[in-house]
Amino acid sequence: MTDSGATRMTAVSDSLMRGGAAGSATMAALGQSEAIARRMRRRGREARFSWLVPTIYIIVLMLPIYWLINMSFKTNAEILSTFSLWPQNPTLRNYAIIFSDPAWYSGYINSIIYVSLNTVISVSVALPAAYAFSRYRFLGDKHLFFWLLTNRMAPPAVFALPFLQLYSSFGLIDTHIAVALAHCLFNVPLAVWILEGFMSGVPKEIDETAYIDGYSFPRFFVKIFMPLIASGIGVAAFFCFMFSWVELLLARTLTTTSAKPIAATMTRTVSASGLDWGVLAAAGVLTIIPGALVIYFVRNYIAKGFALGRV
Amino acid sequence: MDKVHNNKAWFLVIPVLVLVAFSAVIPLMTVVNYSVQDTFGNNVFFWAGSDWFEQVITSQRFYGALARSLTFSLVILLIEIPLGIFIALNMPRKGIGVPVCLVLMALPLLIPWNVVGTIWQVFGRADIGLLGYTLRSLGITYNYATNPTHAWLTIVIMDVWHWTSLVVLLCYAGLVSIPDAYYQAAKIDGASRWSVFRYIQLPKMSRVLLIAVLLRFMDSFMIYTEPFVVTGGGPGNATNFLSIDLVKIAIGQFDLGPAAAMSIIYFLIILALSWVFYTVMTNYGTERSR
Repeated sequence: MTDSGATRMTAVSDSLMRGGAAGSATMAALGQSEAIARRMRRRGREARFSWLVPTIYIIVLMLPIYWLINMSFKTNAEILSTFSLWPQNPTLRNYAIIFSDPAWYSGYINSIIYVSLNTVISVSVALPAAYAFSRYRFLGDKHLFFWLLTNRMAPPAVFALPFLQLYSSFGLIDTHIAVALAHCLFNVPLAVWILEGFMSGVPKEIDETAYIDGYSFPRFFVKIFMPLIASGIGVAAFFCFMFSWVELLLARTLTTTSAKPIAATMTRTVSASGLDWGVLAAAGVLTIIPGALVIYFVRNYIAKGFALGRV
Repeated sequence: MDKVHNNKAWFLVIPVLVLVAFSAVIPLMTVVNYSVQDTFGNNVFFWAGSDWFEQVITSQRFYGALARSLTFSLVILLIEIPLGIFIALNMPRKGIGVPVCLVLMALPLLIPWNVVGTIWQVFGRADIGLLGYTLRSLGITYNYATNPTHAWLTIVIMDVWHWTSLVVLLCYAGLVSIPDAYYQAAKIDGASRWSVFRYIQLPKMSRVLLIAVLLRFMDSFMIYTEPFVVTGGGPGNATNFLSIDLVKIAIGQFDLGPAAAMSIIYFLIILALSWVFYTVMTNYGTERSR
């Protein structure tokens, strides 16, 4: 439909131009087609410089990140004494400290463990629920869907203290599973909403045909439906991973030593060791890497994910 | 799409219910519990009624924090939304530039929030940060740790840096869904650049834009980690936002009653906003499937 519309429009504008050239049209039409041509030329000139805006924006975005990377390759003495736009004596000392000190690298391992646990839990419980919301109407479905969303919107600050007490009464404080479960607060609703968005794009006839062919529900779901929404599952997993990775308040409240996330390790070491800027910068750079590695694969779905599957 | 009425679908939702009950309902009930009771320790509680709520609602401190949070959200929206639209309008539509732009612009969104704080904490320092150093060499005294205005500026710029890309990505998603025919028709009508924006692009973006506004409002209203790392609520109380204040009362001072009452008021505000959000999102959903 779009294509035919476009063709029709081009045909109209073509006939306008030709009419003007052949002299069979009125002066008004001629003037109009000249005006069109002039505007097209102006649009072209505008377009030539429009790349400037995203370029400048990206440079502004990258400057602070570059500064962090720059600092991570300097020694503390160089950071504090000389001001330079790139490291004068590049050193890997800061990274070496992180990779050789268990207090540092265990932070990364802890973060990765609870983030992965959370992603697996969130996506696997959200899959059947999202299917129910996208295919069936049932008692209280709309209220339930809304209530899930309120949890995504709930400020973690409200939940910090009750979580601390709840998990200490279960003896779960300072375990990976405690943080993973706490992050389900906002990641399960997120996964349900994103997956529901993707599932609603799959025609219902596929389900019906499968049932007629004698597939049971679990077999249909795993063998036919899940491959169809594979990209949706990937995007949901990515967003669960991301929001669990960037969250600090709950993760820090629920851990003390053995499950302490890297983000919390950073805040503690800053205050304890008299501001080791180089190591701090190196640790920061390392926390950016996981996101930067996977972002390319979900680039076309990022907007959809942030809008909870609704773009 | 017509949905089948089937109450057995509840069985599919049960896992989510159990999990969210554990991670949301029980903690929330604890908060409600604390908000109406008082204790002298040893787990002995007695009924306090609405005392805590009255204390919060009549306290200057609460209104101060609420006003700061609302002002912050408003400032953020006024900057990020127009800027986001402007950048999205100028993004390339095809070619190698598209994935490059998308990936680089999304990068700040994936940085852990406290690292965002750390980045700006360093970047704004006059002795070791690029921004602070540049400003100082231009003769501008700039210190976010002691000057409230500078602290606000730093946090606002940090948030613009962190989240404008979200607005850009959402608007861009709305823009690329506009068929070419619309632009060609506009060309034939001799529409100006402004009319193209006003009558074609803006209406087509309105839904995504609403989502962007609501998301940005809610997330900036609950902002905690980034200002906490950069200023810790200071200097004085200048950047003491609602969530920072709440954590100070609850975990710093361990004043359970007032903290719980404040949490519930905070949560009710969020609930009202979520309802607006939900209405917008689901209305969009029904129009999409039509």
